[in-house]
Amino acid sequence: MTAETHPDKYASVPDEHGRFGQYGGKFVAETLMTALSELEALYRELANDADFQREFDYDLAHYVGRPSPLYEAQRLSDEIGGARIYLKREDLNHTGAHKVNNTIGQALLAKHMGKKRVIAETGAGQHGVASATVAARLGLECSVFMGEEDIQRQALNVYRMKLLGATVVPVTSGSRTLKDAMNEAMRDWVTNVDETFYIIGSVAGPHPYPMLVRDFQSVIGREARQQSLAMTGKLPDALVACVGGGSNAIGLFHPFLGDESVRIYGVEAGGHGVASGEHAAPLNAGTPGVLHGTRTYLMQDENGQIMHTHSVSAGLDYPGVGPEHAWLKDIGRADYVSANDDEALAAFHRLTRIEGIMPALETAHAMAYAEKLAATMTPEQHIIVNLSGRGDKDILTVAALDGIEL
Amino acid sequence: MSRLGTVFSELNKAKRKALIPYIVAGDPERGFTVSLMHRLVKAGADVIEVGVPFSDPMSEGPVIQQGHERALEHGVSLRNVLEMVTAFREEDRDTPVVLMGYANPVVRMGYAAFADACSTAGVDGLITVDLPPEEVADLNQELKRVGIDNIFLISPTTPDARIGTITSTASGFLYYVALKGVTGAGNLDADAVAAYLERIRATTDLPIAVGFGIKDAASAAAIAEYADGVVVGSALVDAIARSVAAGDGLEGAAGVAVKLVEAIRHGVDSRPSAA
Repeated sequence: MTAETHPDKYASVPDEHGRFGQYGGKFVAETLMTALSELEALYRELANDADFQREFDYDLAHYVGRPSPLYEAQRLSDEIGGARIYLKREDLNHTGAHKVNNTIGQALLAKHMGKKRVIAETGAGQHGVASATVAARLGLECSVFMGEEDIQRQALNVYRMKLLGATVVPVTSGSRTLKDAMNEAMRDWVTNVDETFYIIGSVAGPHPYPMLVRDFQSVIGREARQQSLAMTGKLPDALVACVGGGSNAIGLFHPFLGDESVRIYGVEAGGHGVASGEHAAPLNAGTPGVLHGTRTYLMQDENGQIMHTHSVSAGLDYPGVGPEHAWLKDIGRADYVSANDDEALAAFHRLTRIEGIMPALETAHAMAYAEKLAATMTPEQHIIVNLSGRGDKDILTVAALDGIEL
Repeated sequence: MSRLGTVFSELNKAKRKALIPYIVAGDPERGFTVSLMHRLVKAGADVIEVGVPFSDPMSEGPVIQQGHERALEHGVSLRNVLEMVTAFREEDRDTPVVLMGYANPVVRMGYAAFADACSTAGVDGLITVDLPPEEVADLNQELKRVGIDNIFLISPTTPDARIGTITSTASGFLYYVALKGVTGAGNLDADAVAAYLERIRATTDLPIAVGFGIKDAASAAAIAEYADGVVVGSALVDAIARSVAAGDGLEGAAGVAVKLVEAIRHGVDSRPSAA
């Protein structure tokens, strides 16, 4: 869909085996292999189908509210005194985050396959809400798997999903966070594969998910590229986005990959600091392995057991990362850095107070790094940050961290 | 011929079916596993399937998940599992041992090092749930080098075109997953299993074991009518866990496991067509 702006190197991944270099693939139980093949075949057909694209574009315009604005954060940029910071306002989408771009697309696939039920995993609850939303709109049954720990720290989103008619299934195994929610969603899918469509929320999981989620999210970067040219007459000098599984980041990055002058930064969750070991930054401190159907960088011990992660933001609290990011790191096209809990919290407050925009805690990680980066650049340069989600869902968490009882 | 080949061929000559119990290595304690393996052999097991604990066992139902978690509480690693097989082999040179687990611990060890370690320990076969034929070429090369069988799952959702791909990649035996679902779920439909096994046999002479959903002598006997072997996993892991939780101690739990396997052995051997 975006091949015209790319050299072949970036347009040709993943290959027919779903690989991005040595990453990606289909590491799943046999029971799911046929479902994945069917999904891939359907997607490859519909990706080139004008009617399907029209339907997708119509929903993005009239239901999601796209295009989302590109906004120059003037006061913040002035205060920092370096590069101008532009925010790609995915927080203004229906449901309040970039996640809905993908759930709209996957729900259309589910509809084409005649599935009556959708399932999803969720960490912060944004993807769960976006899935419950499209399920409500299409009249599909919806179950959302969510770790018990995340249910507690994202109570507002849990209730939103219930209001939308979804069943929220608490996951009590393992670390009771996003990775365990994904295990449980896979177990449900393997059991109910005939009637159920699994809406994966990130560019993780087995092929073809990392490809189709990227394609659905690439609307972010395509718009941002045009908006940058229209507003500033040039491409941005740098892109910044937070990376958990990495769907908002790949959505912004992908249409710019062929623009070699644009520097690209993915910001992982540094938790209590990468050196502390208590973080969720596999591209900074992990090693390649296989989890949730894909080969990618993982936080794992010397025996190949997946380690517990820590981040103040539930949506970044994941020990793996999308395979395309692993590849972009290895080939040096993107840099992956980190921001700690404290830095993200400070950035949350700063953007709220200076620009009147309250970012999600996930997004605040990208803001924290963008501020540092801008300070090293000049006012003639500009940075686009993916403002991937709004922070209403995090108010209780922020209040608790600030020692305030509501 | 590999130990698996020998065992299945002898059983076939005797018109008997393989009984394959599955246990999680190091569940509930490290010291329990090797002695339990010996006792299961005495109770009638033909092959022992040893689960390698993994932090994210995506295809397991709650019973076996908890077994993995209990083993991981004691830090049981793939290396430890191989040590257990080594210890088992000191006394038992004949009973095949198959490791069943997930890709990442093997990836982390490295395929060549893993194959060598399996060979040294006396492992006979490997089932890796999340390594379908599409992803297995590199590992298969290493396993072939040391003569270890790679066993693949076939499921009710596998179309005929894939069955051929799988059977031509596999060795040792094939493992038919009798249910769409995780381990320990639901009830088996023996007729549906019989019909599906016909489709597999049209492509291969490899023996076929059936698992996922066999919980007692009756269900084992029904499946053994059509399969070359039956795998009993969740029922056994559950029996051990319940016995330990009831305060029976490890000795009591081993006794419960032996009784269950003896009962299933009896069920398999007294199936109608064996009478």
